[in-house]
Amino acid sequence: MSKHAAQTISLFHGGIIRSALLDSLKKLDPRILWRNPVMFCVEIAGVITLVTFALSLAGLNKEPAWFTGSVSVWLWLTVIFATFAEALAEGRGKARAASLRKSRTDVTAKLLKKPEFGGDFTTVGAGQLRKGDHILVEAPEIIAGDGDVVAGAALVNEAAVTGESAPVVRESGGDRSAVTGGTEVIANAIIVRITANPGETFLDRMISLIEGAKRRKSPNEVALEVLLVALTVVFLLVCANISPLSIYSVKSAGQGTPISLTILVALFVCLAPTTIAALLPAIGIAGMDRLFQKNVIALSGRAIEAAGDVNILLLDKTGTITLGNREAVAFVPVGGYTERELAEIALMASLADETPEGRSIVLLAMKSYGLNPEALPPDAEIIAFSADTRLSGINTGGMQYRKGASDSTISFVKRLGARAIPDTLEDVVDKIARGGATPLVVCRDSDIFGVINLKDIVKGGIQERFQQLRSMGIKTIMVTGDNPLTAAAIAAEAQVDDFLAQAKPEDKLRLIREYQEAGYMVAMTGDGTNDAPALAQADVAVAMNTGTQAAKEAANIIDLDSNPTKLLDIVEVGKQILMTRGNLTTFSISNDIAKYFAIIPAMMLSIYPRLGILNVMHLSTPFSAILSAVIFNGAIIPLLIPLALKGTKFRPMPAEKLLIHNLLVYGVGGIIAPFVGIKAIDLLVSMLTM
Amino acid sequence: MNYYETVQTALFFLTLLVLLKPMGAYMAGVYQGERTFLSPLLLPCENLIYRICGVERSEEMGWRRYAGAMLLFNLVLFAGLLAMLLLQHLLPLNPQKLPSFSWQLALNTAVSFVTNTNWQAYSGESAVSYFTQAVGLAVHNFVSAATGMAVAIALIRGFARRKSSLIGNFWVDMTRGVLYILLPISLVAALVLVSQGVIQNFSEYKSTPLLQATTYDKPKLDDKGNAIKDAKGNPITENVTVKEVTIPMGPVASQEAIKELGTNGGGFFNANSAHPFENPTPLSHYLQILLILLIPGALTHTFGLMVGNSRQGWALLGVMLLLLIGSFCVLQWAEVNGNPLLAGLGLQGANMEGKELRFGLSGTNLFTVATTGTSCGAVTAMHDSLTPLGGMIPLALMLLGEIVFGGVGSGLYTMLAFAVVAVFVSGLMIGRTPEYLGKKIEVREMWLAMITILTAGIVVLIASGIAMITPAAVASMANPGAHGLSEILYAYASMANNNGSAFAGLGANINFHNILGSLAMLLGRYLPAVAVLAMAGSLGEKKYVPPSLGTLPTDKAPFALWLTLVILVVGALTFFPALSLGPIIEHLTMWGK
Repeated sequence: MSKHAAQTISLFHGGIIRSALLDSLKKLDPRILWRNPVMFCVEIAGVITLVTFALSLAGLNKEPAWFTGSVSVWLWLTVIFATFAEALAEGRGKARAASLRKSRTDVTAKLLKKPEFGGDFTTVGAGQLRKGDHILVEAPEIIAGDGDVVAGAALVNEAAVTGESAPVVRESGGDRSAVTGGTEVIANAIIVRITANPGETFLDRMISLIEGAKRRKSPNEVALEVLLVALTVVFLLVCANISPLSIYSVKSAGQGTPISLTILVALFVCLAPTTIAALLPAIGIAGMDRLFQKNVIALSGRAIEAAGDVNILLLDKTGTITLGNREAVAFVPVGGYTERELAEIALMASLADETPEGRSIVLLAMKSYGLNPEALPPDAEIIAFSADTRLSGINTGGMQYRKGASDSTISFVKRLGARAIPDTLEDVVDKIARGGATPLVVCRDSDIFGVINLKDIVKGGIQERFQQLRSMGIKTIMVTGDNPLTAAAIAAEAQVDDFLAQAKPEDKLRLIREYQEAGYMVAMTGDGTNDAPALAQADVAVAMNTGTQAAKEAANIIDLDSNPTKLLDIVEVGKQILMTRGNLTTFSISNDIAKYFAIIPAMMLSIYPRLGILNVMHLSTPFSAILSAVIFNGAIIPLLIPLALKGTKFRPMPAEKLLIHNLLVYGVGGIIAPFVGIKAIDLLVSMLTM
Repeated sequence: MNYYETVQTALFFLTLLVLLKPMGAYMAGVYQGERTFLSPLLLPCENLIYRICGVERSEEMGWRRYAGAMLLFNLVLFAGLLAMLLLQHLLPLNPQKLPSFSWQLALNTAVSFVTNTNWQAYSGESAVSYFTQAVGLAVHNFVSAATGMAVAIALIRGFARRKSSLIGNFWVDMTRGVLYILLPISLVAALVLVSQGVIQNFSEYKSTPLLQATTYDKPKLDDKGNAIKDAKGNPITENVTVKEVTIPMGPVASQEAIKELGTNGGGFFNANSAHPFENPTPLSHYLQILLILLIPGALTHTFGLMVGNSRQGWALLGVMLLLLIGSFCVLQWAEVNGNPLLAGLGLQGANMEGKELRFGLSGTNLFTVATTGTSCGAVTAMHDSLTPLGGMIPLALMLLGEIVFGGVGSGLYTMLAFAVVAVFVSGLMIGRTPEYLGKKIEVREMWLAMITILTAGIVVLIASGIAMITPAAVASMANPGAHGLSEILYAYASMANNNGSAFAGLGANINFHNILGSLAMLLGRYLPAVAVLAMAGSLGEKKYVPPSLGTLPTDKAPFALWLTLVILVVGALTFFPALSLGPIIEHLTMWGK
């Protein structure tokens, strides 16, 4: 995404850190913090230790003030680290939202009474526009709201939304009619029918999404929170249970003191899954933000997570699997003509053809046979391609030059009285089609000269991409309007798992429904209005920003770069979010084992000195052991913020291998890390308190 | 273990494993309403029951109706048993003229039997009449077991069905469970037990002179039946000489088989399966262990068959076997190592205190892990007399949530709830919305699974905490110090997890334990059961997600190991502090010299 480099805002940019620090303090407000129940409990623990610290100072608590004080400080730091992680994740989005908001201010619009050029208009503020209004936008003006172009065509600079500075054409009819409020018309004039009320426009939605104002926890996040809250309740009760047990043990052992409130609270915070709870909000926000960096707007967190679950990808052939345009690669003559003769006729038939395919024919003729395209003869009558004839070409000098699909060309020459069709034609056409290319038959009047081989160019590296998807259990299905022969050949070359040939929009919809009925999660990309029903049906629907308003409304993810292969990135981010959550949960809980070995012998040493044998880390004193565990528990959060924001590295591999890998790294690592960390902190603490 | 013990143990496990498959398949047939080889005999009875009770067998229930029927049925049974215990002195078949129960003990006992716990704060031979044994307790042994199985089957249906909110008919599941599974096996097993010498009669207790008069120290009891203690907390004893013994009689065999088969565990006699009339020979001993493990183990295969992939069931069985054999090995190791303090007195060798010598060390230990790993709770040894670490094994098996085979039905459904949690975390770790058996695990399932696996643990933490600072409860301990703490912890672990075995050494029949224990048993039984039924309903309504390469296979070793880890970690994190003040410090102190 180098072209957006200027827009990328560094995560650790000074300004963002400063405002995140400020925000992290604001988020300590219990009315906000209770939405994260685990951290809310830690905050209460912080308050309790403040009280025990005050009592230590006043001499009412026998524990040394340096101990209760340090525990209290670290409990508060633990909460602040959590709110800071969330604020930091939000920071980058906020900075971008602020720049977006600038492009929205004080736009006026020319409200038309009738949707026609030259009609009367009144100038109103953008805030007064309603759905169904028609406005006139002339260069250089900013379009006041989202809408569809109903008349005219214009060059529009959409940099405000997409970050792409090259202007794009927006015109009425077809698939390029949608305009976004806040973008600028830089040439010509258009009439736009407004399709969104103020406050509901794409820009508004984007701003609120980026700011996280409308962020709702995704179902997966809530389910994980259930697990964390349930564990927290258990640990709360474990600590509550220790108190009476220790009172009894003191009485029966005849020595020691019951466990103090400070220590119980410290144990609780260490055991509660604070690491994952602290980073949980940041993981989701950062995931959405990573997609923003890739110029993808997810309209909900749910959509991204659904992307991680997708097991069927419907991919349009053109533009996704193959380069957008087919390219002429060979001339195959029939009926005794030479290649050169065929090339000449093909060149003539393509002179007026401005499509990329047409140009590639001209180019091939020039390159291979040194032919120079003449200027279009003045008497030339241009025969444009139409769906009825499926032929195109020119009439000049009394001759009719044509190229087109095999059957159309054959019926054309037959109509002109062709006596015989060259018998090799059928073979040649078949062979080309079977090779995944499109055969175009060329004729002059009733003579068939041969066939142009128009080849679909499969994108480089796409096979590896599909291989990766396959290894993650995602099946790719190519959707194309081509005939089954051609489709099969390209499918084989690109190594997709399946294909849908001669697809009509309703076929796509039916296919999606069938897969969903069988329990699959289906993702697709689309841009045209006729894609809208299928987009609305798909679980993950990515609309191209160049697409129509209807497509964008039906989708739940919008790709501002209009690059269909983005779907693969979206799947990756979706999986990363879930994996990061799962890995940090495992890490957080594995940590508890070491914390028990630090705290249990320390807290019970006065009652049962023999429990000191469990002090496998040989921590210096009970106070330093407990404090070290608390410090480790808090300090691990900022250390893991980069991981939470960047996400666990994604490796495409089968589920079982991935699980074993992550269990080794985060499970086993989570068991070992705190033993090392707590021991190191204990060495520091005991040096300081000597 | 010596050569014979090793062969014996290996033979036992071989027999068990051979039986599980046909048993599991048979139960799957029964609960899916298929014809079985017993149908010609039992179908008329079954139809008669439905006709009398007005049950429409093809009519299925949603989870709420199913749970309602289950609770209502259990409530009625509870009320019946409570009345029977309170009115025992008025009822027939009471040759010893045993009096009625106090309301607290009656409450505790009725709750205990209706919840499949069979915690006994009384001794059978001196408190319960033949009528209560045979018509009250024995009946509960059947229906409480069938209730657990019905709930498990409903959950399996939730996994197996697609887009259906119906989870079966409670009345049909109960009827078929009792009629086709519990009754026939109990009948056959009871006859085998009788052949080994288990008694079955309604005669008065027999009196017989001792060949050799014995003298022993008897603890003095106050009028409430509690031990009177001296200033140091040691019980005051008096010297007693016995010349004649009373030998209790009764319809034992009929109750013995279902006691094991239904993982009930309530002994006819106080000594439970250590009593020669309950468990006379090594053969009857191993048969009893087999009966304990048979249904909970076979249900894993029933599960596999009903969800259409028997490997799924074997994976769960693998987890259970791993934990069972692991526990057995630790227990065996701890007991073989014995007590170093006794070694100092010249008593070398394994710890045989409190063990039934007829069954040997490994036989007794196998029974101990089987009875506490399942929610049976019958005993052949005094768990109180195990070494500290050895005693921690039965305690830990209960605290893990009764899933090492577990109670009939309840073992499987709790294990499945653990699997749901394990799948959830591992699913996240591989980047997918977690799914188990093609069903997506979402917020609702997580709530219900957490309730199912954590309720018993939470009840134990709260109840044992309250007990440790309640003077009456502290006074009920027969031993001071860490061992006393273990006794309380064990009692509430046993009741909350519906096991019912006793550590011994605790004066259980006091109002505090009777009432708090009743509450623990009720919560530990019905909260998870209702949560499981709700989960069945919620899972049943979901559509099925076909597996792909991105799906974590839950029928292979890596997942089974992960599930084992999750179970152990949840258990250890919840109870490590409490255990460190009980068996762990006791062990460290004992070996510290």
